[in-house]
Amino acid sequence: MAEDAEIDEHGAAARPAPQSFAADMPLLRIEGVAKTFGTFRAVDTLSLDIRAGEFFALLGPSGCGKTTLLRMLAGFETPDEGRILLDGKDIAPVLPHERPVNMMFQNYALFPHLSVYDNIAFGLKRAGMARAEIAARVAEMVALVKLEGMEKRKPDQLSGGQRQRVALARSLARRPQVLLLDEPLAALDKKLRESTQAELMELQRRLGTTFIIVTHDQEEAMTMAGRIGVMDAGRLVQVETPRHLYEAPATRWIAEFVGDINLFEGRLTAREHSRLTVTTAGAGALMVSELWPPVTKDVVNVAIRPEKVKLSRRAPAVGEGAAHTINRLDGVITDVNYLGGLTTYKVKLESGAMIRASAANTARLDVDAYLAGQRVVAWFTPDDCLVLEQ
Amino acid sequence: MASRVVRITRFNMTSLALGLAFLYLPIVILVIYSFNASRLVTVWGGWSLRWYHEFFNDRAMLEAAWMSLRVAAVSATLATLLGTLAAVGLARGERFRGRALFSGMLYSPLVIPEVISGLSLLLLFVALNAERGFWTVTIAHTTLTMCFVTVVVQSRLTSLDRSLEEAAMDLGCDPVRAFLLVTLPLILPAIAAGWMLAFTLSLDDVVIASFTTGPGSATLPIRIYSEVRLGVKPEINAICTLVIALIAVVIVVASFASKLSSSQGESAAPL
Repeated sequence: MAEDAEIDEHGAAARPAPQSFAADMPLLRIEGVAKTFGTFRAVDTLSLDIRAGEFFALLGPSGCGKTTLLRMLAGFETPDEGRILLDGKDIAPVLPHERPVNMMFQNYALFPHLSVYDNIAFGLKRAGMARAEIAARVAEMVALVKLEGMEKRKPDQLSGGQRQRVALARSLARRPQVLLLDEPLAALDKKLRESTQAELMELQRRLGTTFIIVTHDQEEAMTMAGRIGVMDAGRLVQVETPRHLYEAPATRWIAEFVGDINLFEGRLTAREHSRLTVTTAGAGALMVSELWPPVTKDVVNVAIRPEKVKLSRRAPAVGEGAAHTINRLDGVITDVNYLGGLTTYKVKLESGAMIRASAANTARLDVDAYLAGQRVVAWFTPDDCLVLEQ
Repeated sequence: MASRVVRITRFNMTSLALGLAFLYLPIVILVIYSFNASRLVTVWGGWSLRWYHEFFNDRAMLEAAWMSLRVAAVSATLATLLGTLAAVGLARGERFRGRALFSGMLYSPLVIPEVISGLSLLLLFVALNAERGFWTVTIAHTTLTMCFVTVVVQSRLTSLDRSLEEAAMDLGCDPVRAFLLVTLPLILPAIAAGWMLAFTLSLDDVVIASFTTGPGSATLPIRIYSEVRLGVKPEINAICTLVIALIAVVIVVASFASKLSSSQGESAAPL
């Protein structure tokens, strides 16, 4: 809808075509970029578009090449192959200090010999700003990250959270087009990390700067980013919104990397409209709704997230219509883990396979809680699970 | 380390006292005898500042002391400049061909006997037909002390977080400015410590100086050595006490400087 309105507006104003084309052009375009260290291919012909104002997360296990990619964007590494276009211009020959891109380092890299003020002003002085202007900008940045009154302190007189804020203020002070954040919250404890996540998102919304964050923490990526690019062994395996990534992972690897999942390997035995029947060794015949694109292989995995597996003492009532078909698995609870907000269960099925289930603890007093050794029925609908080919 | 408290026992105290006595008793005796009023070195004749007075009226000795100080200051400065450059090259430069050879050769004065380096320098100066004096000693001391500066500065540089320089570049510094504005201030205490180390090494060197110096430009240790050969005068004790005091001050300052340097590094590199 919004896009339609924009097109109408352009049409009415009779703007020249190239401008509306430029608006469609992503702010950052990574084209077939590769980087090899010795014999190790850290980044392997990777392509990615990032739009202006986006909060993008690069997610992957350590050593997947996400930091190398970030360092290529900052200019600390040069790609062996491919191009990086910022605003349509190739930035390969542009040195780090001339790029309209700033980076927030994992360990913050605050200059220990300079005060908070001088750390934030560092980049502004190099840009040749007037004194008064620098003072005004630093004051603005200090207010932005709520560090008023700390300007004269040295980095070693600050707490971890305060240092993180100084690093953020310093990297934002030059008003970069793109801010790169390398594991910005890794050094903070859990509570502080959660509040800082919210602050980062708020800040990004307010400034409209494009943020690219590198993280190995999937929760962090899911909370903050509008889109997530999952990387593995130098390649981008899926680029999606957090919800899509979690609910419709492209591969088995992603399904296991992002969140927790039960997998049952089996053979596709029947296809009726968009309802597939997969015969598995661990859980018998399971019915799964087919998504786009259609399944092409015979040997597949049925994947189901633990929170979508419901437990009950008796088999749930099944309606007559096919739409109400559910998958029912009988088993015995072997393990109960109370985690506060939720409880996770391990259920041993009759075949000997295990299925994990989790349920929110919605009542404070739960006299009906399941215990280890109890017989239960684990059930889920065909829409709650999905088929993964690899 | 801090958690392991060493209990003070009689055995510990005794061994500490014996160890300290072994190291410092000769020096303490020398210092005490420098205040001796007697002309005989080994006979105590009461407290006096006579020999200090004597030293400050001894033109030849004063000239040698002045010569030593100048050589130490100039060679320490040259060694610091060259040694710092070498350290930066080794710690920050890209892996160039012959890097291992370069670092090995740089550290060779640490292991080559002074007699050999002194002799080889003498041969070089003779071959070049250089007039031996202030500059030959200074050059010789620079080659001797440069590697010490490199060791100190290089260890500081390798412990310094590289992302600091990258952050400086990210914020608009070209590599040279990043070095001058960020790296240099952070390694300055190590450079100062290196300078002071080079200064003291030059000040107390006898062997290399005696090979490379010429007539009329003896350094203080050479002068003292030649005096002692004719019999120990109590004046020597006074001079030695002054030299010890000077070196002690320089070493204390240098260790404070390197302590300052490493405490700054902690906030820079928490890993």
